[in-house]
Amino acid sequence: MIVIIDYHSAGNPNSIRNMLKHIGLDSFISNTTGDIEKADKLILPGIGAFDSGMKNLRDSGLISLLNHKVMDEKTPILGICLGMQLFTRKSQEGSASGLGWIDAETVRFNFSETLDRKYRTPHMGWNSVALKQDKPLYSNMIEPRFYFAHSYHVSGINSENIVTTSLYGYEFISSFIKDNIIGVQFHPEKSHKYGMALLKNFVECY
Amino acid sequence: MLKARVIPSLMLKGNRLVKTVKYDNDLYIGDPLNAIRIFNEKEVDELIILDILASTESKGPPIKLIREIASECFMPLCYGGGIRSIEDISEILNAGVEKVAINTHAIENPQFVKMAAEAFGSQSIVISLDVKINKKGRYEVFTRRGKQPTGLDTIDWVILMQEMGAGEIILNAIDRDGTLQGYDIDLIRAVTSAVSIPVIASGGAGNLSHLVEAIDYGGASAVAVGSMFVLHGKHRAVLISYPSPQELGVIGI
Repeated sequence: MIVIIDYHSAGNPNSIRNMLKHIGLDSFISNTTGDIEKADKLILPGIGAFDSGMKNLRDSGLISLLNHKVMDEKTPILGICLGMQLFTRKSQEGSASGLGWIDAETVRFNFSETLDRKYRTPHMGWNSVALKQDKPLYSNMIEPRFYFAHSYHVSGINSENIVTTSLYGYEFISSFIKDNIIGVQFHPEKSHKYGMALLKNFVECY
Repeated sequence: MLKARVIPSLMLKGNRLVKTVKYDNDLYIGDPLNAIRIFNEKEVDELIILDILASTESKGPPIKLIREIASECFMPLCYGGGIRSIEDISEILNAGVEKVAINTHAIENPQFVKMAAEAFGSQSIVISLDVKINKKGRYEVFTRRGKQPTGLDTIDWVILMQEMGAGEIILNAIDRDGTLQGYDIDLIRAVTSAVSIPVIASGGAGNLSHLVEAIDYGGASAVAVGSMFVLHGKHRAVLISYPSPQELGVIGI
């Protein structure tokens, strides 16, 4: 059972469920312990600010259960945008500690003065991804492009875990996989057929 | 490489989709859900939906319709119209929308934008503004569908909105709306030079070269297109269209 974690962040669990439904997959939006315990696939959505995201997750009382599911049971989890950033240790966006499942940090886009005029923040719109290694997450896609909307990105991930990078002023990590932990900076739920393919791959291959 | 976005911009009036000329003379286009399905099939970059009644008649956002629209949209969606509270924004985002456009209420209470950006993140908070050249020959911000001057200078306003945490700007040139005569490039350039957040140019698109001008000469990160994507020919017949990736590729978008 696929559970989209609802932690009252300004996330978009309904968009994800809509797309999963469109490709024939049932999912539940839930924040209850019972549902999450039963989940064999987890999705952590999220848009918004890092600290309020962590606070909402803490207030939902799910962190110890999620730690258990992800780190002990190795349940596949897909983090989307802020959801992915919460997997890291910390973010320049705030002072809260992240979940720390990935030894990495979330940092703000940092352009030199010459680049600053050309590259606006947030990075918002459709961008391509460069595959750094072949992973089933990206199978059945030709020249995929995805929708991004973010001012921060992850940094310092072990190169063997980096799956794609994208270019915006400089090369940044747009997705990673470490065992059962998968993070994408873009929004598959808003990326037409490419997003559908990615979500399908996540559910079928992990 | 980030591509400049080409965004159909649709106007809602109640449950009807309309198109105006200079914010007047509403022409009925059709059922919004039907139009959105077609745009979805055409894999458009994004959609902007502005409810022109919600604010002027002090009605709140039509949540049920927004939810139906969002369930058909597998692309980013920005909704604007009648947003006056943090609860409004929360409801709209929970309905499956990525971004909200705030216009009138930002003018009434600029601090509201700061609260909204802190609560939901800048990437979800868009400022929409309606601009016209006033009698002194300056770009002034108007409200009430372009009828009421606010005394706000456009450049001062967009800088303030950026400071308040807005993540993006929809820049509407009232006198270009529905005219198909091209964007107001001077206006776009003035705004894109003043702020570092993305600017969506709106008002006047009539052909693909106009889009290129707004991006290349105006510095816009995205272009909103109304009439050109919903009407066809000199008799303004309703026909929904969107350029293919190949057509956009040829002109460098």
